[in-house]
Amino acid sequence: MSQQKDAIVSVEDLRVHFEVRQGFFSAFSKKEPPVVRAVDGVTFSVGRGEILSLVGESGSGKTTVGKAILQLVSPTSGTVSFDGAPVPQDRQGLHAFRQRAQMIFQDPYQSLNPRHYISDIVAEPLDVAGTDLSADVRDARVREALEQAGLTPADDYLYRYPYELSGGQRQRVVIAGALILKPKFIVADEPVSMLDASIRTGILKLMLRLRDEQDIAYLFITHDLSLAWLISDRIAIMYLGKIMEIGAAEEIIKRGLHPYTQALMAVMPVPGQVRESGRTVLEGETPNAAIRIEGCKFSGRCPRAFDRCRKEEPELVEVGPGHSVACFLV
Amino acid sequence: MNLLEVRNLKTYFSTTKGMLKAVDDVSFHLESGQALGLVGESGCGKTTSALSIARLLPKEGRIVGGEIFLDGHDVLLDSENELRKRRWRDVSIIFQGAMNALNPVLTVGEQIAEAIVLHERLSKEEALKKSQELLDLVEIPKERYKRYPHEFSGGMKQRAMIAMALACDPKLIIGDEPTTALDVMIQAQILNLLERLRRERSMGMILITHDLSILGETCDHIAVMYAGKIVETGTVTDIFEHARHPYTDRLIRCFPNIHGKKAIPEGIEGYPPNLLDPPAGCRFHPRCEYAFDRCRVEEPLTRHVGGEHTVACHLVEETR
Amino acid sequence: MREFLDQVKANKMALTGTIVLAFFVLTAIIGPFFFPFDVMEFGNVEDILQPPGPGHILGTDDMGRDVLGYLIAGSRVSLLVGALATLLCMVIGTVIGIVAGYSGKAVDNILMRITDFFLVIPWLPLMMVLAAILGTSIWNIILVIGVTSWAGTARVVRAQTLSVRERQFVERTVSIGAGSGHIMLYHILPNVFPLVFASTILVAAAAITSETTLSFLGMGDPAHASWGMMLHYAFETGATSTGAWWYFLPPGICVVAVVLAFTLMGYAFDEILNPKLKER
Repeated sequence: MSQQKDAIVSVEDLRVHFEVRQGFFSAFSKKEPPVVRAVDGVTFSVGRGEILSLVGESGSGKTTVGKAILQLVSPTSGTVSFDGAPVPQDRQGLHAFRQRAQMIFQDPYQSLNPRHYISDIVAEPLDVAGTDLSADVRDARVREALEQAGLTPADDYLYRYPYELSGGQRQRVVIAGALILKPKFIVADEPVSMLDASIRTGILKLMLRLRDEQDIAYLFITHDLSLAWLISDRIAIMYLGKIMEIGAAEEIIKRGLHPYTQALMAVMPVPGQVRESGRTVLEGETPNAAIRIEGCKFSGRCPRAFDRCRKEEPELVEVGPGHSVACFLV
Repeated sequence: MNLLEVRNLKTYFSTTKGMLKAVDDVSFHLESGQALGLVGESGCGKTTSALSIARLLPKEGRIVGGEIFLDGHDVLLDSENELRKRRWRDVSIIFQGAMNALNPVLTVGEQIAEAIVLHERLSKEEALKKSQELLDLVEIPKERYKRYPHEFSGGMKQRAMIAMALACDPKLIIGDEPTTALDVMIQAQILNLLERLRRERSMGMILITHDLSILGETCDHIAVMYAGKIVETGTVTDIFEHARHPYTDRLIRCFPNIHGKKAIPEGIEGYPPNLLDPPAGCRFHPRCEYAFDRCRVEEPLTRHVGGEHTVACHLVEETR
Repeated sequence: MREFLDQVKANKMALTGTIVLAFFVLTAIIGPFFFPFDVMEFGNVEDILQPPGPGHILGTDDMGRDVLGYLIAGSRVSLLVGALATLLCMVIGTVIGIVAGYSGKAVDNILMRITDFFLVIPWLPLMMVLAAILGTSIWNIILVIGVTSWAGTARVVRAQTLSVRERQFVERTVSIGAGSGHIMLYHILPNVFPLVFASTILVAAAAITSETTLSFLGMGDPAHASWGMMLHYAFETGATSTGAWWYFLPPGICVVAVVLAFTLMGYAFDEILNPKLKER
């Protein structure tokens, strides 16, 4: 079952469709405008203090799911629930929601305003939340956040500009900014993929420590299955807007059943593994999400697809405790 | 004789803040038909080394020392004209973010043909025909040569760039992070492709990357760079199973191994040094857990430790 | 900031422009103490249109007054009008550009159509009409120039806003719940500012030219001496036909010099500020 009782975030049949912008003359044609089905029916939940990874390649819809949960992108249909209640759509409710659910972005070089001091960047969520704090308290909160993010002594960083910091430090600033309102849920969109390998681990450890200390749940979005394996409790594999498989991290890695999951595992580079020719690499590329696909989304590339796969879309079926797969082979 | 021999290369950049020693006395070699992985983290000088070999440095960069022998000929002695003749025939590069290097208003076929026409005595029609063959070589349907870049996916664009790099049948191909921006499945496809092409055409290949984990599958030898210097070289087995330099060892452990235990790897404390004013002695000493007095003052020379394995570290004694 | 100043020093164009401008500003401030002048006063009748000589370095005008004094007094007015008109123009243009660029859709459309209107209308007839309607006081001149010149700035600011809007730090600010006003003020504006600055310089050059033109054509404020007014009177009272070059040449040269200074600075700042906006 991918829905849990005590979930902090719960998503049910979420769909996010984008209409492709048409030229002027298409208003006269009778054809339906193409729709990009970025997310096409996704259901899962994240427990309190749990780390769930959404793993997929580009075009899988994983980032869109994250943004849709935080309402940075409007869901076309389906429900998103936070702490038991649907996410508010009114201005005030949304405002309150945004303080408890935050986002960490991928590019540490682009997600900080180059013209602001670090202290202003980290304090901004406080300012925007409209909390009426004295300068002292505001200052103390900023320092606290910086230190929690591992930037100590905080004084060294308060009045610097982003360009003075390294990639890893900037990402910690982003994290500090996300922490300052003491959220319970963070969507982390590829938070370490632009950092050097030796710096990544520091950030990952930080995220885990924060989870342990502050009971923060994460939706960890990544294309790197090994990263997902390291940090998450559960992994969901996405392809073309749908979840192909979801379950405990170890289960997915060691006993992944979906052909796509297995293909991803086969392609995982292992450091030190000397050339192994004849490795099964999936052919072709992820098709364009604007094209309507009959049946299973993966059927076009699946080495084991048969007739039923091309006509019917498989539902997620439980194959073990907490482990579900959407495939007719199972 | 080696296909490529780089000896004591020094490439510096003049900046408003001083001289940036991007590549500071770097030596490595490559035999024909072999693949060398040049690995290191951002700012270590690997891209600059590649650009130095192809002599495509930006105007602030200058090669201030050393020799680069391509098939026995020192390319640093070439004039601009001679260089232009050699470019693409002897050495070609697949740049980082190559997919964005395609001109959107020309068809892909025309762009590949451009490279051919500049270097070979073929007419435009013949060049277009050859470009179709090249596309076939990189597993793109020939008819696509008439299409524009925006009609190609990321992976296909990268293949087109590889086709372009092969246009003049180079002896050496340098791939600067050729798969970094690609999905993991496409990355595997491209690496397989490069591997196959290299074998079929007996080309030398230098693969530059920060991702150690892909090197085992594509390269014979590896050279590890840190802060403008080479800290260790050797065969893939030498590096992965018998790493002698503390940096190499720590770096390898930063990459997770799915078949091993689930544990967050240890990172490396601190940050890479500022190349305007690198630390005295061994450049890694501020971050090295084994550093001792000598490391702080004396730069370690490269020592041989058996076969093709070399290390630049005071902890390691030379053995022949 | 320091890096910017270093680059300004290194760029010859910017340096030249700044020095020339500084010179004019300085003379405008201090000059009148050494060479007092009052446009409402008459001079000596015997001294009408005297060529440069002892007592009058630049000769006298059609009323017998010292041309140099006139020139310096005129610089005050020309520069001041130029500065205030530019300020007005930049404020209008920046606000409209940012609001249009950030809001998009209907608001953008409406604002841009208004901008197009002002962009396309020939400014001189428009200014003349407005000046005729509103009267020729100095404040009206400032208003007229400001209101007719903002369109170019608005377009440029809007384009930059469109690009800044897509940057990830703006997305981050939206995700923490900030409203549009906050984002436009604290995020868009600071990142659009370098462009605004470079644009300001060029607008100032245009403003001074506009004021000079209007005054020359007779729509200036007679109570305030400006270079344009000097040219107007020089022309009107026949200084040009009698060859009293000391009356009309100096103001003409000054206008050219100041406009050139601004233009050099504008191009130079563009060079300095634009490619260096990459932070990596």
